Amino acid sequence: MSVVPPVLSCTETEQKWHKPRTMGVKPGPVDAMVVVKPKPDATPASGIRSTLYKGYSGELLDPSTLNPLPAYADMEPDSLPLICRMNITSDKPLVDSIFGKIQTGSLPGQPKESTGSAIQYLGTATRRLASARLPFIHPYLLNCGNKTMANNFARILSSKRNVGILSLIGAGSLTAGFLLNHEHVTAGAQVRRVYPASAEYPDLRKHNNCMASHLTPAIYAKLVEKATPNGYSLDQAIQTGVDNPGHPFIKTVGMVAGDEESYEVFAELLDPVIKERHNGYDPQTMTHPTDLDSSKLTSGNFDERYVLSSRVRTGRSIRGLSLPPACTRAERREVERVVVDALAGLKGDLAGTYYSLTHMTDQEQQQLIDDHFLFDKPVSPLLTCSGMARDWPDARGIWHNNTKTFLIWINEEDHTRVISMEKGGNMKRVFDRFCTGLKEVERLIQEKGWEFMWNERLGYILTCPSNLGTGLRAGVHVNLPKLSKDPRFTKILDNLRLQKRGTGGVDTAAVGSTFDISNLDRLGQSEVQLVQTVVDGVNYLIDCEKKLEKGQDIKIPPPLKK
Amino acid sequence: MPFGNTHNKLKMNYSAEQEYPDLSQHNNHMAKVLTPEMYANLRDKETPSGFTVDDVIQTGVDNPGHPFIMTVGCVAGDEETYEVFKELLDPIIEDRHGGYKPSDKHKTDLNPDNLVGGDDLDPNYVLSSRVRTGRSVRGFCLPPHCSRGERRAIENMAIESLASLDGDLNGQYYALKNMTDDEQQQLIDDHFLFDKPVSPLLLASGMGRDWPDGRGIWHNDGKTFLVWVNEEDHLRVISMQKGGNMKEVFHRFCTGLTKIETLFKDKGHEFMWNEHLGYVLTCPSNLGTGLRAGVHVKLPNMSKHEKFGEVLKRLRLQKRGTGGVDTAAVGGVFDISNADRLGFSEVELVQMVVDGVKTLVEMEKRLEGGQSFDDLMPDQK
Repeated sequence: MSVVPPVLSCTETEQKWHKPRTMGVKPGPVDAMVVVKPKPDATPASGIRSTLYKGYSGELLDPSTLNPLPAYADMEPDSLPLICRMNITSDKPLVDSIFGKIQTGSLPGQPKESTGSAIQYLGTATRRLASARLPFIHPYLLNCGNKTMANNFARILSSKRNVGILSLIGAGSLTAGFLLNHEHVTAGAQVRRVYPASAEYPDLRKHNNCMASHLTPAIYAKLVEKATPNGYSLDQAIQTGVDNPGHPFIKTVGMVAGDEESYEVFAELLDPVIKERHNGYDPQTMTHPTDLDSSKLTSGNFDERYVLSSRVRTGRSIRGLSLPPACTRAERREVERVVVDALAGLKGDLAGTYYSLTHMTDQEQQQLIDDHFLFDKPVSPLLTCSGMARDWPDARGIWHNNTKTFLIWINEEDHTRVISMEKGGNMKRVFDRFCTGLKEVERLIQEKGWEFMWNERLGYILTCPSNLGTGLRAGVHVNLPKLSKDPRFTKILDNLRLQKRGTGGVDTAAVGSTFDISNLDRLGQSEVQLVQTVVDGVNYLIDCEKKLEKGQDIKIPPPLKK
Repeated sequence: MPFGNTHNKLKMNYSAEQEYPDLSQHNNHMAKVLTPEMYANLRDKETPSGFTVDDVIQTGVDNPGHPFIMTVGCVAGDEETYEVFKELLDPIIEDRHGGYKPSDKHKTDLNPDNLVGGDDLDPNYVLSSRVRTGRSVRGFCLPPHCSRGERRAIENMAIESLASLDGDLNGQYYALKNMTDDEQQQLIDDHFLFDKPVSPLLLASGMGRDWPDGRGIWHNDGKTFLVWVNEEDHLRVISMQKGGNMKEVFHRFCTGLTKIETLFKDKGHEFMWNEHLGYVLTCPSNLGTGLRAGVHVKLPNMSKHEKFGEVLKRLRLQKRGTGGVDTAAVGGVFDISNADRLGFSEVELVQMVVDGVKTLVEMEKRLEGGQSFDDLMPDQK
């Protein structure tokens, strides 16, 4: 192998399974893909699944459970939502109505004035209802089976006897909750909305990503009114997950962060997503260790008869500037300026040059292609739907040192992606350079008053929640002809906390018997720990390979603690 | 609204020069018109629903050019976009629509009886006839900007209204996300099915969000009248049939459209329309009538003739491949349609197509017979 092949991000290739049907593209051979199917009857979480325009059904609950007053205890009396004024208690006498038994003070019996604004959007049917007195038998409702009464709300009212009151209360409280939003919105633009959350909730029935698994209608309703100080909203964060139902190989995350505060403001959704993606790491209770002391790494030199190349990559974000899905052109250009400025201060074997994507000459472009360094506009909808490819190629570029062993991508999926790599098996040196380089860059930006986004809970903050913590992927290209054919190969990798990819990246199959082997984890362990895991694991794999060569048997190692 | 960086109020901390897009490689209408001064004027404005100038131009910034056509490079997020960003959109409209001035008035004429002829295009040459336009529902944001709730509301309104059509317009709605495999196959075979756009021109504007939620296709039993819901516009209305009877196609088109408009009005909704811009649609190139009347016509000899382009230009027609705007012609069969949208009424545009195609077919016959068609050369319309 003459040149170190690039390990491209998982989203580099265009997804073929999402091609339009009319373009006549056939999916690839099934035996080359692992298809993750959503479970047919799965509901993502407990709670009421939004069916948009259907009402609730079932028996009337004990009225005391409907008492909302404690929840709105801190509001002014005249701004209380309608539901608080309905006086629903268990000792109110029940009366008969077309809906069955309802309390005397409830909605159909309310005087006209008090139902004004809250009912506005629900349509003419409710207004007429609201002004009527009990018992309520309106000929308008008796005709509800008629095709011309296409009004959804009337359908709710006309169906089963028990349905009516619950749906009215339910709809009312949703509206009230929306219109009289007293929920604390962190500073910044209030998101304008015309519809209640239930009408805006995305249809996630065909979806299989982490966001879809955790975004219940209740969480959506709570978070949709919020925005970060920059004005980034929940709808923006989840757009990529809504637009991309799933991926054949991996369960994708399905959401991104627009800025550092997204991880706080939308914590209710992001924390469970992070927990699922990072093996139970709970951001609310755990802390993430950061350790870039590469001297702690042991046995970091691999047998080069097997290991062809070694590589460590991570990402860094500049605090105070929005992340790629949300940044403006000026912010992106600022990121470029800050980073390029800092990189110009690198010396010795780290000294290098910056190549801006917009201003590259043809020769420079060809050289970067030959070196397998050049990245291009992402085509994968996973990335483009989040908005990170806007204004391409403005303020994007590649920096690398003169020896081509330390490389930085600017404004691709993250503010920066930092890559240290070499041919051969000297992971120790690769990691040394990685840590030194990162620390130098950090020092240089701090001189100018900038810093990286980092906190104790989540480690280094990046655009995709899957890259939190270390954001580190340390890997090798290793040739394992015998081991790869052994049926225990996958189990061995699992227990060693490693993953395999083809040498073209995550969406590819292996060529021959050369694999890209790297760490599975990102969050919850330090950089040193993760690279050590890779080193120990790869050494074990090479050992197994050697044993198989000699005709000896191999053992599956005990599983590592996660 | 829920797309890109338009929410981002921090951008006002940066100067207009720092935010101004790099349009040096660009060749679209927006790039020709948007000066840094104009950008500085417009960048702190937004429409009542929150659409900003960055939203308007995003597709033009992301897509520097197109190999076949000069693209517009901007979209509208709501009806007010054309008012709030007049400074940017008026020159673009003028450039794109043949010198249409901000003070000009647009005439709407949907009376099919005003069309002269059109029922006798030679079926040996004219394979099919089609008229399409778009309509937007007033009070709702357009596809680049609408929320899921708005999109679903549009879909519901469309379903309700279309369900009331009867007679030869009796039909059925197929929601994209609920379609069965059989229905899908049938719609593909009928060449009706539209799928998620792949063109970056459309995707960069945000109109592909949440696909296929709220999208669907309605068509009548006779498969001659078709409505797309929530694709590039709120509604795209298409009337088509095999053969050359453009008169019948246009008749059905007008009747159907008028009926749909009445049904919407009954529910208290109207279409976006004004005296200056006619029917308001997402892309400024579709303003006015939004109408494209076209035929698939066999012109193998004409198409190789050096004067083909000139003839089309004089007739105010444009050619496309039979796959639509981004395709090349197959087997000498071209899609010939009106080049204009704004400044002419619907009847006038269809008349141009009818007369123009007649002339082209005449010329084709001449060339077949080895004769010249110089005496048939039209004047510039």
